[in-house]
Amino acid sequence: MAREQQIKLTVNGRSYEKTVPARLSLADFLRDHLHLTGTHLGCEHGVCGACTISMNGRSARSCLALAVQADGAEIVTIEGLRAEDGTRHPMQQLFLENFALQCGYCTPGFLITAIELLRDNPKPTEHEVREAISGNLCRCSGYQAIVDAILAASRLELA
Amino acid sequence: MKPAWFDYYAPHALDEALHLLGDAGHDGRVLAGGQSLMPMLNLRILSPAVIVDINRIEALNRLHAGADGLTVGALVRHADLLRSPDVREGWPLLWEATTQVAHMAIRNRGTVCGSVSHNDPSAEHPSVLVTMGGTVIVAGTAGHRELPAEAFFTGALSNALEPGEMVVELRYPRQPTGTGTAFVEFARRLGDFAIAGAAAMLTIRDGICERARLTVVGMGDGPLRLRAVEEMLTAHALGQKEAQDAFAEAAAMVVAAVDPTDDVHASAAYRRHLAGVMAAQALETALARAGGS
Repeated sequence: MAREQQIKLTVNGRSYEKTVPARLSLADFLRDHLHLTGTHLGCEHGVCGACTISMNGRSARSCLALAVQADGAEIVTIEGLRAEDGTRHPMQQLFLENFALQCGYCTPGFLITAIELLRDNPKPTEHEVREAISGNLCRCSGYQAIVDAILAASRLELA
Repeated sequence: MKPAWFDYYAPHALDEALHLLGDAGHDGRVLAGGQSLMPMLNLRILSPAVIVDINRIEALNRLHAGADGLTVGALVRHADLLRSPDVREGWPLLWEATTQVAHMAIRNRGTVCGSVSHNDPSAEHPSVLVTMGGTVIVAGTAGHRELPAEAFFTGALSNALEPGEMVVELRYPRQPTGTGTAFVEFARRLGDFAIAGAAAMLTIRDGICERARLTVVGMGDGPLRLRAVEEMLTAHALGQKEAQDAFAEAAAMVVAAVDPTDDVHASAAYRRHLAGVMAAQALETALARAGGS
C-alpha cells in the first residue's frame, strides 16, 4: 500500500476522493486524473513556473509536490479563477486588456503568482512585481506587458 | 521526467520517521519542502526505494526566537522566516539572505533545514549558518547529536549525516551588540542560482573591529569561510580610510583564496573576480550597518 494511497482534497471548491500512485506529481494528478488541463507543464523540475497553482492559499509548483502530499489540501488552479457565471477574474481581464499573453502557455502560472503578490502586497513597485514574477518564464518574452497588467491591477485594487 | 517507484510513508511522529529512515538506510530519503529532492526525483538523479514525508510531524514546525538564540525546525519554510518580525530584527543576516532564496513559490514550500542538508554550493542558508556560528541538530534511531555548522558541511551537495539520520533543527545564536551584517549575491536574473555571493558580520567597538566573519558562496565546495581575512580585520581600526584599504586587501585575499571552476554560467576567472567584489560589498554594508563609516 505504500506505493498507492487514497487522498481526499478540494480543488476549485469541489471535493475529490481518489486512489493515486505515491510517485504521481500533483501536476499530473490535476491534468490526467481530474482533467484540469489548464495547469501546464514546462520543465517538470521547478524552473519555469508554468505549473504554479495555489495550495492552501500559497503559490506552489505542482510539479514539485506529490499528489499524496495534497491529501487534505485546498487547491486552486486556473480553472478556479473564473466566477461561477463565467466572468473572468479581474487579473485575467487585465492580462487580456494589456496584451499580457501571446501563446498563453505560461499564463496560468503567471496569474496565480500575480494574484498572490497583490494579496500580500497590494501596492507593489515595478521592481517588486518583477521580483515576484522572476520564477515564471515567458518564452514569448512578453514580460513588459505582464508587468503592466499587474501594475494596472494594483492601481484598480481589483486583485 | 517522472520519479521511479518508491514506497511512501507520511508518519505523524518523529520516532516513527526515524525508524523508517533507520530501516531504509542508504535507500531512504526525507521529503520536506521537496524543492531540491523533487527535481532530483523527476530527473531520476535520485531514485530512493523509500521516501519518508515529514510534513505531518507537527513538532518539527517550530520557529522560536528565545534569549539564547533562534530555533528553526525541519518544517520551517523560507517564507515563514520572511514573515517573522523577530527574525528580521534579531537575525538580520538570515532574513536578508532568505529574501534572496529562489522565487516566491519555492520559498513558500522549501525549508531552511532542507537547504542546509542539500548544501548546494550556490545556496544562501549554508553560508549564513557558518557565518553566524550556528548549530545543526541531527537525529537518528541512536539519538540526537549536535554539530557546529562547519563540521556539518563536507563539500558540494555533501554533509555529515549518516544513513538513517536527518536534520531536525537549526540553532542560530543572537549577534553581539554593535554588530552589522550583510548578505549579497550576484545572479544574471533575480532568483537564479548565484554566480558568487558573500555573507559578512562585523562587530565594531569604538571604531575598532572586535570580531569579523566572512563567508563566500558559489565557489564550488559549499560555504567557504575566510579565516585569514577575519584575522586580518580583527582589532583593525575601521574608520573611513582604514576601512577602504582593509576591504580592498580583504577582496584581494578572497580572490587569491578561492578556486572556482569554469561552467556554463561563468568562467572561473569571472567567478573569482566576483567573489572579491561581493566580499568587499558585504563588508562595506556590514560596517555601515554596525554604525561604522
